[in-house]
Amino acid sequence: MELLLDSLFNGVAIGSVLLVAALGLAIVFGLMGVINLAHGELMMLGAYTTYVTQLIFKLPILKPFYNSYIIVSIFLAFIVSGVVGILLEKTIIRKLYGSPLETLLATWGVSLILQQFVRSVPLAYGTGLVISLIIGLFLPSTFPSKIKESINFKYFKFSTWLFATLTGVLTGNIISSSVSKLSRASARNVDVTAPSWMRGQVEIIGTAFPKTRLMIIVITLISVIAITLFLNQSAWGMRIRAVTQNRQMSDCLGISTEKVDIITFGIGSGLAGVAGVAVSLLGSVGPNVGGNYIVGCFMVVVLGGVGNLLGTVFASFGIGIMTDLIGAGRLLSIWPDMPLPLSNTINFFATTSMARVMIFALIVIFLQFKPTGLFPQKGRMVEN
Amino acid sequence: MSFSKIKFDKKIVLSFWIILIALIIAAPTLLPVFRLNLLGRYLSLSIVALGVDLIWGYTGLLSLGQGIFFALGGYCAAMYLQITSSSEFPNNIPEFFALYGVEKLPFFWEPFRSPIFTFFAIWIIPALIAGLIGFLVFRNRIKGVYFSILTQASLLVFFNFFNGQQKLINGTNGLKTDVTQLFGQMVGSESMQRIFFWITAILVISAWFFAKWVVKGRFGNILIGIRDDEPRVRFTGYNPVIFKTIIFSIAGGLAGISGALYTVQSGIVSPQFMTVPFSIEMVIWVAVGGRGTLLGAILGAVFINYAKSLVSEALPASWMFIQGGLFILVVTALPEGVLGWIKGDGPRNLLQRFGLKRKIETYPSLEVNNKEGNNE
Repeated sequence: MELLLDSLFNGVAIGSVLLVAALGLAIVFGLMGVINLAHGELMMLGAYTTYVTQLIFKLPILKPFYNSYIIVSIFLAFIVSGVVGILLEKTIIRKLYGSPLETLLATWGVSLILQQFVRSVPLAYGTGLVISLIIGLFLPSTFPSKIKESINFKYFKFSTWLFATLTGVLTGNIISSSVSKLSRASARNVDVTAPSWMRGQVEIIGTAFPKTRLMIIVITLISVIAITLFLNQSAWGMRIRAVTQNRQMSDCLGISTEKVDIITFGIGSGLAGVAGVAVSLLGSVGPNVGGNYIVGCFMVVVLGGVGNLLGTVFASFGIGIMTDLIGAGRLLSIWPDMPLPLSNTINFFATTSMARVMIFALIVIFLQFKPTGLFPQKGRMVEN
Repeated sequence: MSFSKIKFDKKIVLSFWIILIALIIAAPTLLPVFRLNLLGRYLSLSIVALGVDLIWGYTGLLSLGQGIFFALGGYCAAMYLQITSSSEFPNNIPEFFALYGVEKLPFFWEPFRSPIFTFFAIWIIPALIAGLIGFLVFRNRIKGVYFSILTQASLLVFFNFFNGQQKLINGTNGLKTDVTQLFGQMVGSESMQRIFFWITAILVISAWFFAKWVVKGRFGNILIGIRDDEPRVRFTGYNPVIFKTIIFSIAGGLAGISGALYTVQSGIVSPQFMTVPFSIEMVIWVAVGGRGTLLGAILGAVFINYAKSLVSEALPASWMFIQGGLFILVVTALPEGVLGWIKGDGPRNLLQRFGLKRKIETYPSLEVNNKEGNNE
């Protein structure tokens, strides 16, 4: 019993990381049909945001609030990744709707650029750039429409971008002069240290459980609930679902599909940022951190059934528990006197990387029987 | 197909042939061994690119797992080389086994003592595995992006397996071939490398002819039919599964040959050949060269890799930016690749834009119809 509980906890911990990482992908892939291979790199941006926030909170002015930096960084990571995602949508992905293979290649290119960007641009100036992007993209929409109409829109946009660039350069300079760690570019991995209240372990029903893991589970839980509420209760959520089901009809009924696309992609990317915060708590953060998750995320989405959040939840916890069962060789301790060939096989797969081999192989076999995943979308079509 | 079109195509092909033959004859004498070796490697990569072009350019299957078959071919060649030159090591088995305390050769190494078996294994084993993976996937009508994701997942399965098994195939370290012997000669030696270059050059040309033969005629038409409208092909009475499986295993076999040639010229095969970026890179070679052109795949593979080595020597950090930019550019601006652009209306449009060439005064619809007719 205790063993089962242990396995369940570990599985849920692994699964929650997968879930929070795959959640954004499930939205972007499931609702928009876009294969976003830069999703891992958006997670990386979120992780780096956590790192930058942590260092900024060490400045004398913010030092008293240092313990709450992780909460702040969740929101910041959402905004940073979301804004980069929106920029991506506006410049590249918009041209490629309806051709997922093309989005796959283009976003792979974006992911390479983002990786190299983190390596060769000092983080302080990267922060400055993101701040200018945020201001440039959002400042125009905060002005009342009366002002917008009274002046020439071209000049208006130009001056916002000018202002945004200036602010970005200024903040970049301020950060790079006050935090020396951020003023130089480096390809080395960095570490995010959890605040003191998150260190240590909690005991739940007799099992010690690291607090960071609990935090990740909480982040995941909140993200899932928030996104479900947003999609099912809010007006924009309804519009997103409408566009997913029938783009042309929604367009005819007056839903701005362009706006829906931006919002959907922005939220999906923002969730990647939140996942980045979770990932930064697990280990060191480097330019390649996203690459470790991306294929797993896709497997979760495909296994769960595309366009179905419930399926994503089930699939990620299922994969998490299976990974723990196989990777830690728990089957052997549940059933100690199993026949020799079987136990040899289980021992063979009882490492993290071999467990991955086994899981992926199992998923491929599973898809033989249910090609559309656990919870397929219903419909009668020649092609989906 | 208009008359001028045929002439134009022939001109391209003829000039390509002249350049290629001149290059192959001149290269071993003109280039220093280091550059010759690089060129040989890139030529061998163009064989795997041909395979990608067959499955992606002609059949519309974007595989992100060609690295599996590439590495398998490489491993087959490396295993043979390791085992034939292991006579002076303890137990007559390759040296690295001693590091992990393995005394008996794992069973699957045994057949690789025979050169004939290896010769066939290099392309048959990857082709069989590709056929198996392909059949399982295609049978369920998994296609499009799902196919891509599944091939990528299979790639990771193989990568993790090869990476983790130190005792079977030396894991992360891979198998070295440059200090092994082949027919009494050191594989890494200059004279052997020259021979490998010739072999590669000949194989690239024969692979090109083979690929051309595959896509010619009815079989090629069905492949293009599958790419453009698979349900219609199925409704016409063909079984797309068979055709897709065959072409996927052909591509796998080509990848295997390519991997073996690349391995003997680079001196090592390691699980790094099965990483995700490398397999996606193969796609970009074809995309830049021009998918569905075969020639574009070869040129793309050679030129992009050559550019990569030149740029990486000069500015190591900038290659990732350039490569990323290439991906975006080729998808958004040049969807047919460079060769497709040249073959199509690209140059004429460019000249027209600068006012150097008069616009052809025909009915627009005529032009459009003509263009469509060429694809068939």
